[in-house]
Amino acid sequence: MKISREQVVQVAKLARLELDNDELDALTGQMDAILAYVDKLNELDTDGIIPTSHAVPVENAFRPDAPVPSLGTEKALSNAPAAADGCFKVPKVIE
Amino acid sequence: MSLTDLTLSELHDKLRTKELSSVEVTRAYLERIAAHNAALNIYLTERPVEALRDAEAADRRIAAGEAAPLTGIPLALKDLLVTEGIRTTCGSKLLENFIPPYNGTAVHKLRDSSAVLLGKLNMDEFGMGSSNENSAFGPCRNPWDRERVAGGSSGGSAACIAARLAAASLGTDTGGSIRQPASHCGAVGLKPTYGRVSRYGVVAYASSLDQVGPVTRTVEDSALLLQTIAGYDRADSTSIDCPVPDYRAALRNDLKGVRVGLPKEYFIDGLDPEVQRTVASAIDVLRDLGAEIVHVSLPHTDYAVACYYLIATAEASSNLARYDGVRYGRRVTGEGGLIEMYNRTRGAGFGDEVKRRIMLGTYALSSGYYDAYYLKAQKVRTLIRQDFLDVFAQVDVLATPVAPTPAFRLGEKGADPLQMYLSDIFTIPVNLAGTCGLSLPCGFAAGKLPIGLQLIGKPFGEDALLGVGHAYQQATDWHKQQAEL
Repeated sequence: MKISREQVVQVAKLARLELDNDELDALTGQMDAILAYVDKLNELDTDGIIPTSHAVPVENAFRPDAPVPSLGTEKALSNAPAAADGCFKVPKVIE
Repeated sequence: MSLTDLTLSELHDKLRTKELSSVEVTRAYLERIAAHNAALNIYLTERPVEALRDAEAADRRIAAGEAAPLTGIPLALKDLLVTEGIRTTCGSKLLENFIPPYNGTAVHKLRDSSAVLLGKLNMDEFGMGSSNENSAFGPCRNPWDRERVAGGSSGGSAACIAARLAAASLGTDTGGSIRQPASHCGAVGLKPTYGRVSRYGVVAYASSLDQVGPVTRTVEDSALLLQTIAGYDRADSTSIDCPVPDYRAALRNDLKGVRVGLPKEYFIDGLDPEVQRTVASAIDVLRDLGAEIVHVSLPHTDYAVACYYLIATAEASSNLARYDGVRYGRRVTGEGGLIEMYNRTRGAGFGDEVKRRIMLGTYALSSGYYDAYYLKAQKVRTLIRQDFLDVFAQVDVLATPVAPTPAFRLGEKGADPLQMYLSDIFTIPVNLAGTCGLSLPCGFAAGKLPIGLQLIGKPFGEDALLGVGHAYQQATDWHKQQAEL
């Protein structure tokens, strides 16, 4: 086994995903099979290989720190499930 | 010949000389959409009234003598491209009612040239899938055979070409999502080099792999559409500031002096015999046109799918953290506080495949597993990219199949996610290497199922790719064949 059901539960917690028992069971089997498959990468010796995080060489993209027009509060809040006083409104943060 | 059969360049000429009006052409497309969309499920959002308004504005611009190449041409967009004031769902229940407050850069460029926007196209949720079956709004069907998949994730972008429900469209490609559906639907799909087209306003799946590109009827149309959307954009710091060539000038009629490489790892035993046969005939055509055929090797090909499903899922788990029920999209709350809202919103809003990829990616990035999975995959990505750079020292383009089989049946691969992932074996390496790939029709399997040829080019070598593709289309008529609706 590459991954246990307990680990899947823990990953779901990290990912902030509420999953029911059926989903957890299915994911345990599927993730196990996929992780077993990706193990084939270990056939390759990658000692000394520089990892690629970006396929095309780019340097830091700097720009002047000058204000430019932006969306504005009204548009930024236009899709909010709840808003009040020009802010996003959420359930209590500290329980 | 009906108005909806005209290519972009034919339409542009007829609009510019006022032989046709944009309103006439747009009306013809709207009638076709009204007649066929219900059966094919290609459009998630139609805009019949607004499209005619776009067309009227385009006709005024043409009358003023100010026509741009896409002015008045009816186009459609994958529903992953944000459109100001037009619902953008990403194929997800979570964004069912999301109305973006701005246009992405590619969309802005189309609007700026007064293209007509017919609507938004079906797709696998957040671009995750190879069959369009992961759309929360039901699968888009293949116009050549409605019991088969259109491919994915840009299924709607390819199907709308095959069904003549738009003159051209835009899709996005993270692991083959433009090229594979184009192959299954008999369309021309181009994934440009990473950084060639701005990703600003493209809802992110895997940011180091995602790229926007055209889906069209002909290679010439692909060149026209790429010309408009390509270029550096200060709003996307990963777009590349290098000159955009004149793509139409790169179109050619013969292939004298062109070296075409055949990577042996792409012509394997598991390949469907009809795919093998049609791609082999296409290569014969390239040879007859004057190309020199060279046998080459991309030795790390077999590791690409494993590499991709670690890197893409890791990036997805990070990108999709934004769907938390706070700023946009669906919110589901319970008795508890903020954390419970996050958990419930995401648990209820995402479909199975999206959850699976977020879980895999979260695991690959989690403490204790990062080096073994994510870092290892990034190192293998270096080897895969180097394979391509080495091969492009010997040849100008590569010719390969796009997908190992023609379009499969709806539901056929539903039970086993890994089998679905493996169907992207020939397209994924191009995204990992960050280079460009073109899928174009090269024949049919039994039952009139389209098969695509993939041409892979050097980084920023879209001009060479389009040149070879155009020469092929001058010598063949696969791209002119039409699905009967």
